[in-house]
Amino acid sequence: MPIKNDDVTWVEEPEFGLLEAMYLPAIAEGVKTTLKHFFRPQTTTEEYPEVKPDLPLNYRGLHRLNRDEQGRVKCVACFLCATACPARCIEIVGDKAPWPDRDKYPTKFVIDELKCIYCGMCEEACPVDAIELTSIFDLTGRSREEMLFDREKLLAVYDQTVGSGKDPVRTHSGPLGAAAEIVTTLFPAGGSASYEHPPGPSVAPGTSDASQHNAPP
Amino acid sequence: MIWIYASIAIVVVMGAVLGTCAYLIWIERKLAARVQDRIGPNRVGPFGLLQPIADGLKFVFKEDVVPAGADKALFIIAPTISVFTTMLAFAVVPFGPAPPDGKGFPFGIAPYVDIGVIFVFAVTSLAVYGVILGGWSSNNKYSALGSLRSSAQVVSYEVPLGLSVLGVGLLAGSFNLDSVIRAQTGDPGIRGLFDWYIWCQPLACLIFFSSALAESNRLPFDLPECEQELVGGYHTEYSALKFAMFFLAEYTHVITVSFLTAILFFGGWHFPWIAEASSDYFGAVVVKVLVLAAKVGLIISFIMLIRWTLPRFRFDQLMTLTWKVFIPLSLCNLLGMMIIKQYDLSRWWMLLASIVLVVAATGTSLFLARFGPSVARARPAPQAASGVPVR
Repeated sequence: MPIKNDDVTWVEEPEFGLLEAMYLPAIAEGVKTTLKHFFRPQTTTEEYPEVKPDLPLNYRGLHRLNRDEQGRVKCVACFLCATACPARCIEIVGDKAPWPDRDKYPTKFVIDELKCIYCGMCEEACPVDAIELTSIFDLTGRSREEMLFDREKLLAVYDQTVGSGKDPVRTHSGPLGAAAEIVTTLFPAGGSASYEHPPGPSVAPGTSDASQHNAPP
Repeated sequence: MIWIYASIAIVVVMGAVLGTCAYLIWIERKLAARVQDRIGPNRVGPFGLLQPIADGLKFVFKEDVVPAGADKALFIIAPTISVFTTMLAFAVVPFGPAPPDGKGFPFGIAPYVDIGVIFVFAVTSLAVYGVILGGWSSNNKYSALGSLRSSAQVVSYEVPLGLSVLGVGLLAGSFNLDSVIRAQTGDPGIRGLFDWYIWCQPLACLIFFSSALAESNRLPFDLPECEQELVGGYHTEYSALKFAMFFLAEYTHVITVSFLTAILFFGGWHFPWIAEASSDYFGAVVVKVLVLAAKVGLIISFIMLIRWTLPRFRFDQLMTLTWKVFIPLSLCNLLGMMIIKQYDLSRWWMLLASIVLVVAATGTSLFLARFGPSVARARPAPQAASGVPVR
């Protein structure tokens, strides 16, 4: 395809006259800039151990297993996260759940934090928001065995990070799980969303008032 | 009596120079950091003040590697030559007012040497040996290339370095550094400020300063040792204390050059009211030493600031600058000075002549770039005749 005229930017070479060829004015300009930065520095350095960095909400750090309102582990041992994991670091052994409202629950849930690549695929795959990635990034251990996080350790991470203000976004989703959140934000016209009746542009036939239309998604 | 004074002066100078070199590293890192909108070293002591000590200890304890196939004797001698020559150059530099009658503390190791400036240049020329031998004995092609480039640069820049100082020598009537200072401190009060040689020979100062920067391989002339080009140039293969010696030699050279600039062009220890030639109030000597130290400090800070202001010169640009720009300009400067001295004109004509020279040189270079012989032309002639699109 030939290039359109609108896409072409013509640039003129800067003028190179006597004053520019001396280079001294340019050097003076440069020294002025450097001096300005010297006398009025705006340091952007964060001095690390004293000042922790401000991480965004969807930061992918250490995993945790969420508990539900009754304190039980939310995970139903569906193996979706283990299947989705590209590094194959999740090992699950499921068994019949001891509670009447669940089919299965994990008796063994081990994540090898050293193998994990912190991609978040397990968090995205989980249908019940059981596994989430927190903002903990400075994890250390003294042996490889110590970094194999089993179910109790992952639940302990939950107990320590819940309500910290940096909780992952999916924790706050409603009874339908994370998928419900998408519907709510697309159609903000009130009420808990349900698929039977998404509130759309409710324009009565005959009126063409623009204010009746919802904002396009 | 003079040998006692000389010994004390040697101890003071060595201690001060080595200590200043170490803390120049701190100043450089902090200054560089502020200019780049970040904090420099601030962990090791309060404000990172113990960082040079940590660096020194690191250099002492590092493993000393001598590459296989390297010429051992030359490998070890090269950094020592660098350090030795740059330290020796300090022997004639006065760091305070030397009493003219020879009685009293001389504030310099050998301040009454009549060939002062020439001695400094002669001795620092020997530093090229350190560079050449260092690069050659490393048994490394990149080091050899770096040392070749560096030696070509150093040798080429010595010519304008010497030529630009000749004008100062003519004005002062002597190369004795103390006489040069005294020649700039004649008049009392604010008129003394205008006696400094910077006002009547700005071009010579510029050429001297730039050539001195090039002599010590300092940005913007640090192609032979920059990381992007040659890993480390001639000091790639040097590890612990030998590398520290090359470093020390470079910073000592910077200090020497700053002292020389302050003495030759900025009046040395002179300052209009508080530190004149005739001040002899109690403590005047200390004030003079402090004034000189302050001037040297400002010049060193400027050298470091320039490092973060200008981009590096390419090697052919380096060579063009010295042979085609600095040498003709310094020769013309010398010619102007000779005319002024011969016909007893006022020295302020030299200021006018300097400005005229710079404008004329710039005009000549622009003219040559546009209309000169094809080698010198900045852009090739357009191929409009053949209808082939101009690339």
